[in-house]
Amino acid sequence: MIWNWSFAWSIVPQLLRGLLVTFEATILGSIVAYILGLVFAVIRRSRIPVLSQLVWLFVEFVRSTPLLVQLYFLFFILPDIIGVTLSPLVTGVLGLGVHYATYTSEVYRAGIDAVPRGQWEAATALSLPRSRVWTSVVLPQAIPRVLPALGNYAISMLKETPLLLSISVLELVGQAQAAGSEAFRYVEPFTIAGVFFFILSYPASVLVRRLERRVQRTH
Amino acid sequence: MSNEHTEPVVDGVMIRFDGVVKRFGEHIVLRELDFQVGPGEHVTLIGPSGSGKTTILRLLMTLERADRGTIQVGDEYLSHMQRGDKLVPADEQHLRQVRKRVGMVFQQFNLFPNMKVLRNLTEAPVRVLGQSRDEAEQRARELLDMVGLSDKADAQPTQLSGGQQQRVAIARALAMQPDVLLLDEVTSALDPELVAGVLNVLREIAASTDITLLCVTHEMGFARDVSDRVLMFDEGRIVEEATPEKLFSDPEQPRTREFLKAVLDRA
Repeated sequence: MIWNWSFAWSIVPQLLRGLLVTFEATILGSIVAYILGLVFAVIRRSRIPVLSQLVWLFVEFVRSTPLLVQLYFLFFILPDIIGVTLSPLVTGVLGLGVHYATYTSEVYRAGIDAVPRGQWEAATALSLPRSRVWTSVVLPQAIPRVLPALGNYAISMLKETPLLLSISVLELVGQAQAAGSEAFRYVEPFTIAGVFFFILSYPASVLVRRLERRVQRTH
Repeated sequence: MSNEHTEPVVDGVMIRFDGVVKRFGEHIVLRELDFQVGPGEHVTLIGPSGSGKTTILRLLMTLERADRGTIQVGDEYLSHMQRGDKLVPADEQHLRQVRKRVGMVFQQFNLFPNMKVLRNLTEAPVRVLGQSRDEAEQRARELLDMVGLSDKADAQPTQLSGGQQQRVAIARALAMQPDVLLLDEVTSALDPELVAGVLNVLREIAASTDITLLCVTHEMGFARDVSDRVLMFDEGRIVEEATPEKLFSDPEQPRTREFLKAVLDRA
């Protein structure tokens, strides 16, 4: 098995297109996960009757089933239910986002629980309305503490994007597979794909670690 | 200053407890408690820990709900609403309305660490009272000046000493212009040398405003200086009430004597 440089260079543009899709899916999926997870956490903590329990049930269900099954569900079954066919990438972003929202909601919850009860009481004593207590007092204290954990989930998500291949999103691994099967050479495509993942995820994890140290210093 | 209201106030009641019962599980904290505080009156609650003093303040601040009985602030029920001639449990909106009349200073200060000192004082007046930011800031600076911290407006709360934080917390409570100010062991978490500064601020407030004060404290000197009336609590009941002069120098109940002796020996 010999490394062929000219073949390797020839497939780089194709793999870069895949990398871009991987990157997009991760960023958009993370945004969905961050927003939806926060909504889940706040609803559960607010103990709104019925709604809180429904969210709890949904979160537990999603956490206990494989992402791949969820992706298939969204891709093959959801369009029949809502009557709209979403593009594979949008479906993938939704799947990743919802799946990871169930994890980020736990992260937010830990952050919210770490805000001392006295903060809630002081806010109540000042008659601040509920929504204001969240936006002015609780979340600004809860979220900075959990930023590193949220960052780690984005990195995990990056490494799970190849699952989108199963619903025909041509992300990095998908492009590597395509390039490989055209030339019957798999060494170069998958090696380069691995390196690309590393180039994205390693700096991200360094960044998260730096963030972690900073959070520890301030709290 | 403290002798204006020694007689029960005839022209109205600011705080009124009627048959209030509060339990935590099996433990009964307040047993059928009745008492009243007149407008502008300064009342201190003393007694051993666990006697229900702090619970009274927390009920008034709506941080707890009574299991039985009614509480009134001014002419309004606190955790009930009048519907026709019946009393029904209050909804959130009603609670918020009545709650505005009451302010509280906590043992642990509870300043918002994510906001500068000035914003700690302006947040609620802007969001709740609808003051403009300029108006709220001007008033906040006056209050900071009153508590001797006009140079700390732009500091972060965590940069302040405990005594300074507590003075900011007092200013923050006053910024909401409450009729009633609740002081919950406000000096208990402070280093001894910082206590005097906080108490002086409170003496000043007691002397210069017509706010109704209800305080739980172990600072008997302070209680004697600012109170019109002292209530001695034990096991969820008032065992004795009198002017501070009377209660501290010539208590009638053995339980009061015993408690005062224990407190004064410790100090």
